[in-house]
Amino acid sequence: MGLETKAGDLGVVTTSLEYVVNWGRTNAMWPLLFGLACCAIEMMGAQSPNYDMSRFGMEINRASPRQADLMIVAGRVSRKMAPVVRRLYDQMSEPKWVVAMGDCASCGGIFNNYAIVQGVDEIVPVDVYVAGCPPRPEALIDGIMMLHEKVKREKISGIKEQPLRLEQPLIQQVDVKKYG
Amino acid sequence: MDNQTIRDRLQAQFPQAILAVSERFGDLSVTLRREDLLAVVTWLRDHPEVPYDFLEHLSGVDYLGRTPRFEVVIHLMSLRYLHRICLKVTAPEDDPHVPSLTPLYPTANYQERETWDLLGIVFDGHPSLQRILMPDDWIGHPQRKDHPLGEEEVAFTFNQERIYAQKPFAKE
Ligand code: SF4
Repeated sequence: MGLETKAGDLGVVTTSLEYVVNWGRTNAMWPLLFGLACCAIEMMGAQSPNYDMSRFGMEINRASPRQADLMIVAGRVSRKMAPVVRRLYDQMSEPKWVVAMGDCASCGGIFNNYAIVQGVDEIVPVDVYVAGCPPRPEALIDGIMMLHEKVKREKISGIKEQPLRLEQPLIQQVDVKKYG
Repeated sequence: MDNQTIRDRLQAQFPQAILAVSERFGDLSVTLRREDLLAVVTWLRDHPEVPYDFLEHLSGVDYLGRTPRFEVVIHLMSLRYLHRICLKVTAPEDDPHVPSLTPLYPTANYQERETWDLLGIVFDGHPSLQRILMPDDWIGHPQRKDHPLGEEEVAFTFNQERIYAQKPFAKE
């Protein structure tokens, strides 16, 4: 009664521990259940059957930060809410990631005033920013898959990688003669 | 119950307290002297025929550049007759004090706190006038027209190096 009998004819797969751990983490992420403003409606939409975020291993949100490892900051964070968001982040168990969903969470968006934190990266370290006001559910799912790619590159030592820098502008000069 | 009756009764009862009366779109609004606010509201609340038993709404207005600068607007409603009356009291900038209605209507508590928090109008007699919407350590009253909006410079590719050098990014 060993591994051979259990595995049957599946054969043997060799891989690195790092890969297996990261694969497990990406396919079983637990988002924290909270929404702060209008973006939260789109986040709920992304989890609904129409868009079905559970295809990527995120069936339900956890209402307790102890059981969650992904924080989706969906909405604008007011200065009064900022300590609460930070405390929730601190209560989440390692390893943990943050997605800033929408313009307000990323940079303050249309609320450039005294009441709103100008970008949630002032209070929690953000891994992925999703642009849009509000981002469509597809955009949120795209952001989360981008996060999955990032998690797959993580080292077993727990060190997160540095932010990616754009080497060239996103919009390329179109060669008019060529495509004219 | 119509506006004219209420108006006549108020005029007869408090001739000195009423500074102005106006009627617009069927709504009666009365500007009162600050000192008489409590007496008038008590009388309205306990009136045997038309008791205004519901404080619908209380808020403040900042008329910057006008004297007196601040105004507190109160809407009372009589649930029995479905009649509404709007009371206004003004307060000058250097003495923004208005008597509190919390002893008469407990629901005024949070609305007065909000008005104090955002406009800095002090309600005398309020049980605990603390901030309710802004953080406790906030300085100033942000809905005053002369309060700075607090915009920050928006980062684009041409200026992001300079802005991000000062921005307080969070630690892990
Ligand atoms: S980005 Fe737009 S949709 Fe999202 S919270 Fe801000 S205003 Fe609302």
